[in-house]
Amino acid sequence: MSDLDFTPDEMMAIAASRALTNTDVCFVGIGPPSAACNIARLTHAPDITLIYESGTIGTAPDVLPLSIGDGELCDTALTTVSVPEMFRYWLQGGKITVGFLGAAQIDRFANINTTVVGDYEHPTVRLPGGGGAPEIASSSQEIYITMKQSKRGFVEKIDFFTSFGHGEGGDHRARMGIASKGPTLLITDLAIWKPDPVTKELTVVSLHPRTTKERVQQTVSWAVRFSDDLQETPAPTEEELSVLRALKARTAAAQAGNKVETA
Amino acid sequence: MVEFLSLKDAVTKYLKSGDSAAFEGFTHLIPHAAAHEVIRQGIDELTVIRMTPDLIYDQLIGMGLVKKMIFSYAGNPGVGLLRRVRDAVENGWPRSITLEEHSHAALANAYEAGAAGLPCAVFRGYLGTDLQRVNPNIKSITCPFTGEELAAVPSVLPDVAFIHALKADRKGNVLIEGILGVQKEAVMAAKSSIVTVEEIVDDLDTHMNATILPHWAVSAICEVPGGAHPSYTQGYYRRDNKTYIDWDTIAVDRGKFQAWMEEHVLKQDPGVFADRIKGLEVTQ
Repeated sequence: MSDLDFTPDEMMAIAASRALTNTDVCFVGIGPPSAACNIARLTHAPDITLIYESGTIGTAPDVLPLSIGDGELCDTALTTVSVPEMFRYWLQGGKITVGFLGAAQIDRFANINTTVVGDYEHPTVRLPGGGGAPEIASSSQEIYITMKQSKRGFVEKIDFFTSFGHGEGGDHRARMGIASKGPTLLITDLAIWKPDPVTKELTVVSLHPRTTKERVQQTVSWAVRFSDDLQETPAPTEEELSVLRALKARTAAAQAGNKVETA
Repeated sequence: MVEFLSLKDAVTKYLKSGDSAAFEGFTHLIPHAAAHEVIRQGIDELTVIRMTPDLIYDQLIGMGLVKKMIFSYAGNPGVGLLRRVRDAVENGWPRSITLEEHSHAALANAYEAGAAGLPCAVFRGYLGTDLQRVNPNIKSITCPFTGEELAAVPSVLPDVAFIHALKADRKGNVLIEGILGVQKEAVMAAKSSIVTVEEIVDDLDTHMNATILPHWAVSAICEVPGGAHPSYTQGYYRRDNKTYIDWDTIAVDRGKFQAWMEEHVLKQDPGVFADRIKGLEVTQ
């Protein structure tokens, strides 16, 4: 193991970045997915195409955007198209190899809820809603998900199907008439998960350094399955950590620099 | 035919109580000044439409002017939830509102269908989601050629579309550059449209494939420098991310929210936006 010091959040972003390749065309969700995608671009995948739903194609931001439509994304993009074109031609048209999503709630079959906690008509918490995710989940060739583990987020039953993962498992996607692969990878602050090839239940295939099976189970509401061939995620390299930290520092400086007094 | 009006006069002329209104902008070019003018005039019982409701819909809803919101993502992007929207949905304060909730793909298609003069939009979507369970305006249609079952939603046809753009020329032709969102579609789908611009110039000085709304496709143009703040205008000023972050601590509390609205919206006029972008200008 590396003797570098790193946080679980840093491990999550770096492990997620490693899943992306130079030839991917990636539809990027805001937050943790955006960090992972840009670390990939700044390390091993300089030619990756990053697409944000605001219409920016082939963007290469110097700082992480706060929203999906910051000027930085447009300034550094190959081209910027309208939002209808983005969803119709590029996403629905099947041009996206990886959709990278975050989630508020996830279940063992990688179904995602970002709509409400509780009943839809009388919610305990009204979340922002699906945005692009429902169709990113069905039209991208495959889906990667990244989010931190907690019992609140990793639930036995999600309150609302915002984005369909593997439904009830098995061949449920195919039975729904969805041709794409759906979620193939989940990267958290503690582990890397993949769906079982047959049942599609999320299975821990790799534990991050200094993490235990017990710790993983404590943050998940269902009985976690671990792979028979459980691996340890390689620790972040010095390069990965320095790229991530420099990116975060530039982002923080850019946001602080925006301070103005309003009338 | 387009008219050059003050923002106050344009809002008075085109927006009535009970209308449907789309204040579009996808992070970029959000028509903040126009929404604040609507709030000052107290035009209520509105059905508001937007793919990405953010601060201005939080403000319109918190001021009790909205009866229904058609949307696909209601959040303060990168910051969190919309506190005033939550209070209305969860607690009915200051009034309860009806939600018609879609996905981005659905609303983007619905705006485009509205612009194209079609009654509905057809696309591949909502597969396996619960949204069609809670929104009766999500239906399906069978392709007559392949038999594929596709999603169908009604076109978006607002009474009034509000957008902010970079500039207009003296005839009233409007230029949009940068992140385009669905603003062109919103204007073309709407009965009337009000466009605020950073400046009015002699010549748009642009290229042959630029996104232009011809003067005869727009109802009113209002010159409001800074009119998108704290959103941004490509080439003019940057997004004021700090104001978005600070909004969360204002909107979380009903009293703080009301005091802020009194001080920063109700007592002001569109002229204040030019001051709000000081320090954010892009040097060209």
